[in-house]
Amino acid sequence: MLVLCVIIAAQNGPIDISFTDVLRSIFTFETTGTGGVIWNIRMVRIIGALLAGAGLAVAGVVMQCILRNPLASPFTLGISSAAAFGASFAIIFLGAGSSMTSIVSIHNPYVTTICAFVFSLLATGSILVLTKLTRVSAETMILAGVAISVMFSAGLSFMQYIATDSQLGNIVAWTFGDLGKATWSWNFLIILVLLPVVLYFFYKRWDYNALDAGEDTAKGLGVNTERERIVGMVLTSVLSAVIVSFFGIIAFIGLLGPHIARLIIGSDHRYLIPLSIILGAIILIIADGVGQVILYPSVIPVGIITSMLGGPLFIYLLIRRYRK
Amino acid sequence: MMFFEVKGINFSYRSKRVLDNVSFTIKEDDVVSVLGPNGVGKTTLIKCISKVLTPDAGSVFMRGENLHQMSKKGIAKNIGYVAQKSETSRTTVFDSVLLGRKPHFEWDVTEKDIRLTGRVLHLLGLDGLALKYVDEISGGEYQLVQIARVLVQQPRVILLDEPTSSLDLSNQHMIMHLVRNIVKKNHMAAIMIIHDLNLAIRHSDKFIMMKDGMIYSVGDHKVITPENIKAVYNIEAYVESVRGIPVVIPI
Repeated sequence: MLVLCVIIAAQNGPIDISFTDVLRSIFTFETTGTGGVIWNIRMVRIIGALLAGAGLAVAGVVMQCILRNPLASPFTLGISSAAAFGASFAIIFLGAGSSMTSIVSIHNPYVTTICAFVFSLLATGSILVLTKLTRVSAETMILAGVAISVMFSAGLSFMQYIATDSQLGNIVAWTFGDLGKATWSWNFLIILVLLPVVLYFFYKRWDYNALDAGEDTAKGLGVNTERERIVGMVLTSVLSAVIVSFFGIIAFIGLLGPHIARLIIGSDHRYLIPLSIILGAIILIIADGVGQVILYPSVIPVGIITSMLGGPLFIYLLIRRYRK
Repeated sequence: MMFFEVKGINFSYRSKRVLDNVSFTIKEDDVVSVLGPNGVGKTTLIKCISKVLTPDAGSVFMRGENLHQMSKKGIAKNIGYVAQKSETSRTTVFDSVLLGRKPHFEWDVTEKDIRLTGRVLHLLGLDGLALKYVDEISGGEYQLVQIARVLVQQPRVILLDEPTSSLDLSNQHMIMHLVRNIVKKNHMAAIMIIHDLNLAIRHSDKFIMMKDGMIYSVGDHKVITPENIKAVYNIEAYVESVRGIPVVIPI
């Protein structure tokens, strides 16, 4: 199904390329002619969607487990607010965004990305310190996350208040998660973070199953719950921070992927982790495809699509799951 | 050398002393009931023994070896703990029981783990439920699943926090019989928190009566006296003998 989505998405674009040409270009890695369009324009975006979807979904699975909260996602700990604050900081104070005409453009995306990433990590670090000062429990982590999130949201509002019209446009544009920003080098960097993190999560799948059985039961089975909670939080935060810093805010993937996977195969993390990864990737590729066609030739940023479609879909899943 | 020894356990919660120098010993094959009113520190005690809570002082020894100096996994291989409240997730009964092998494997379960899980499910009559989700079974069945999980863990001592709460009379005795038989057959020991004194008397070899975070009395059936019950629970009671077994009748 994932492969099929990739192939269909690769055929989707303003230049009409036949299905067989798409297949040939993908499987022969041809980068000239139509292959150039496929690999240099479309596949870079599709692979970006695949990696971002997979990363946000796996982060969602682990967050929901370690925070004992089915509504936890990479953004519960304030990562998106912090990243948006960091990006707006770069746009306003470091001159990373400008607007020569009516077109909004961020002319120094690296500074924006680095700032977004640094502030995301700052949020994670603050939660870690707050949690350590109290006690490492799911409740304190969520509460600390909410507090940090509110603080950065307030900071973002302040930034928007003092921004010029063009800076404000840049800030708003940045916050729309947009896979059009994908490049091979960024995709490669995401893989470098995603792979070891996913391997670690998969290695700890039995620990997460034990945590699902309750804090005391997990401890009784020899799981170091405090350590797993902190390591899980740091890794999911770093992974989400990398993705959000590159692409902007893409909501609901960390909820939709895991919850659809749970409906299909249950809560056993041996199967839940890989299935969530696949579903997260599929959902984001489809959402990006939808964003490219609904207002063609304009492209709607994927963050808007995931928010628009993800909300109702998530409510439907909740009703289906919890309906008596 | 003593099979199992709890020595000088102290535990405070926010400067309030919950356990005060709790010490006792247990022989192999012993089924021990911890008795006492609510809030006296019973659950805290068994959590400290299994190191689910880290005590402020004291330790636990098995045949002279200090278990609390072991890794968490090492402790879990020796002490199995069935929590009072365990949460159900959407996993099958088989996988939920298989989870008990967690302290024994590194990367994944082995054939041995799967075989053992199958055997324990069969022993507890849970074969028919193996592929059902645990959030679809009854409270009594889930209690059995938890006991099955601690059995596949293969510890030397099992700690059970109110294993018969929310069970009907027949299931209460069935669970207690089961625990007792397993302990005797496998030369283990069990420490249980029980609120029903008569159930405890019927199925236990030894009793630990607690009061104000301390041990008030330890021993066999002879410690279940009207005086001790009055001192610990603050109620008057008769203790009559029925077919040689003491029966507590609150007045």
